[in-house]
Amino acid sequence: MGDTSKNFDEMRHSDGSVRPAYNDYCDWFGDQEPAWLKRKNSEADESFRRTGITFNVYGEDEAEERLIPFDMVPRIITAGEWRRLTRGIEQRVRALNAFLYDLYHRQEIIRAGRVPERLFRNNAAWLPNMVGFTPPGGIYTHISGIDLVRTGPDDFFVLEDNARTPSGVSYMLENRETMMAMFPDLFSRVAVESVANYPRRLARSLAACAPPKCEGTPRLAVLTPGIFNSAYFEHAFLADQMGAELVEGSDLRVVNGRVQMRTTSGYQPVDVLYRRVDDDYLDPLSFEPDSVLGVPGIMDVYRSGGITIANAPGTGVSDDKAIYSFMPEIVEFYTGEKALLPNVETWRCADADSLAYVLDNLAELVVKEVHGSGGYGMLIGPAASKKELGDFRVKLEANPENYIAQPTLALSTCPIFTSKGLAPRHVDLRPFVLASPNGIDITPGGLTRVALKKGSLVVNSSQGGGTKDTWVLKD
Amino acid sequence: MLGRTANGLFWMFRYLERAENTARLLEAGLRMALTRDLTTAREEWRSVIATLGQRARYEAIHDDYDGPSVWNFVLRDKSNPANIRQMFGAVRSNARVARTNISSEMWESVNESWMKLDAMLARPVSQGAVGDVVTTVRRAGTQVHGALDGSMLRNEAYHFARAGTYIERAESTARILDMKYYLLLPSLSYVGSSLDSGQWDQVLRSVAGASAYTWLNAGEIDSRGIVQFLVLDERFPRSLAFCRSALRENLAALARLHGQDGGSNELMRSADIQIANTTTEEIFDQGLHEFLIDYMARNAAIGEAIGEDYRFLA
Repeated sequence: MGDTSKNFDEMRHSDGSVRPAYNDYCDWFGDQEPAWLKRKNSEADESFRRTGITFNVYGEDEAEERLIPFDMVPRIITAGEWRRLTRGIEQRVRALNAFLYDLYHRQEIIRAGRVPERLFRNNAAWLPNMVGFTPPGGIYTHISGIDLVRTGPDDFFVLEDNARTPSGVSYMLENRETMMAMFPDLFSRVAVESVANYPRRLARSLAACAPPKCEGTPRLAVLTPGIFNSAYFEHAFLADQMGAELVEGSDLRVVNGRVQMRTTSGYQPVDVLYRRVDDDYLDPLSFEPDSVLGVPGIMDVYRSGGITIANAPGTGVSDDKAIYSFMPEIVEFYTGEKALLPNVETWRCADADSLAYVLDNLAELVVKEVHGSGGYGMLIGPAASKKELGDFRVKLEANPENYIAQPTLALSTCPIFTSKGLAPRHVDLRPFVLASPNGIDITPGGLTRVALKKGSLVVNSSQGGGTKDTWVLKD
Repeated sequence: MLGRTANGLFWMFRYLERAENTARLLEAGLRMALTRDLTTAREEWRSVIATLGQRARYEAIHDDYDGPSVWNFVLRDKSNPANIRQMFGAVRSNARVARTNISSEMWESVNESWMKLDAMLARPVSQGAVGDVVTTVRRAGTQVHGALDGSMLRNEAYHFARAGTYIERAESTARILDMKYYLLLPSLSYVGSSLDSGQWDQVLRSVAGASAYTWLNAGEIDSRGIVQFLVLDERFPRSLAFCRSALRENLAALARLHGQDGGSNELMRSADIQIANTTTEEIFDQGLHEFLIDYMARNAAIGEAIGEDYRFLA
């Protein structure tokens, strides 16, 4: 840690020469006045604040709105690299959907002994009321985000699958808008695949999953917990761009066997609900009884073909870190092919042998909670103090099945703009993947998160990470 | 559109109008305080607070009506839940609720104004800065209305926004007038030039009508003229008659778009009768105060009925 010089840098070879992906960008960059670039850099924040691309953080007194820091050096992927990635991502998302269908139906994969039953039986995200039910179009993960990391020219790994309600897509879109507004000439010099039609592709993909009772053009709505939710901006943004209504639980009610929204001219049915509310809060009659974020009775409507819920309830069972470790087997089981995108090597602490290895090598490993997210509750061995290692060891021994461990990857770096010039920082990548009966649709680009602190491996925005515009070059 | 969103738009524009009107009232008070002796100034500050209906709250924490206490109370004091900072916060949070039904231009002008104001009002406001704050609030109103006019479809969202504006504006003009109605009574003691022109100048300034009035009346200030102007003149965009006909048009448009003619339009028709063909003489005969009270009650009832007709609340 701390020393990033041995890691794969996406912009430059180790001898300092520029890699092909960044050739045109670096030419342009070299032509710009440093002082002008600095000024542009400080303008970016202002532009984000003006458009209100903020997320809410709750302190003791008042809600505070923060910006996710934006870095103006793009993260660039070549057309060839992207083609390889999309094949792997598509395969993975198909497998995830097949896996979910199987888990909630015949459970062939368990009968075949490839995945242990305990993994989902004890999983809070497993929903018994989804058993035997097939969502409209057979689609479970209408929208997923596959988190990728890179360690070398051809070495991409899947770090995590996000099959619940992955967020961040508004940053993919707004980062691009901001870049184009800041550097119009740059886009005339470098041919970059557009991401701007993502909302339309999303609307089309969701509409293709309309429920049996839908009549005419499917009506879409985005369900948000409300304006105080940290991702409200994104919910409003997507609804706006898709031409969908942005609804809260209190706008919806079950009327005549359909979920309907209260409009100024009475109740009107919703066909497809892109919900940004967790399963637990979706239906107080089926799940969390005190929830005011959901719609009482929506699960009955769902099961009777009156509405499509995206993503389907119960998809969370497929994306926790214990299931993750089985993804290579899962991909192979359903597609009959080897996984094109490898997992990061993972030790399941539930296995005695693995646990012993992890305890022996704690200082070299990254240990994560099986159900954790956002970078919380994890141990980064090489960065931890003796005391932290000791404390974690106690937690790990007390509850080993709650943890997995992975090697500390030599994550790739991509430069960020600092007052002292360009400086390499670790990055990851979340492409957004749409699934419908018409196929898998991957927008060329994604969310690049970057650890802004030198040497840091944590890219989560809640812990000082920022974002970059992600470019896929045209052929 | 959703009933909740319509409610958001309606209140977004009510709060915007309220913030703007409150700022104008404060601006007129400031001017008055600068040009008068201390006792009159105190009286003026008291009347600013009274017009806002906040006497009890103000007097609970202040012993005296002095400028800095009043403008800070009106602009930012937490003890006043209707302070301008809060109002503008309400403009913005309602704009967020209605985000999918307003143009980006409109959202950005609200958001930018809010950022600016929120920063200006984060700390107590000095005498040197209060003018800037008031100007910023007024400009915010102008900018948002400009964005509404220039970038929004003439659909129901537009008409809900306009309805909120005129309900609030009518209420504000009527309140300001009612606060000073006693000065206008055509009693024997107030004839012609004995009318306190400073007081009236202030009232006209509070509704941004001072120069318009002067222009129309060649500088003559008298009771009849002022009532004619603020109540009945359909050319003046803050007069009661103007607000009511603008409201009528927007309600008619909403009824057309929804193919229904609910309670709000019915109340509107009966309210129209109150003001149509009325003369200043008739208003004075009835009593200006009584006339205004009746006007405000009808205005409020129409506002309520809009919410019911278009399902603002579950």
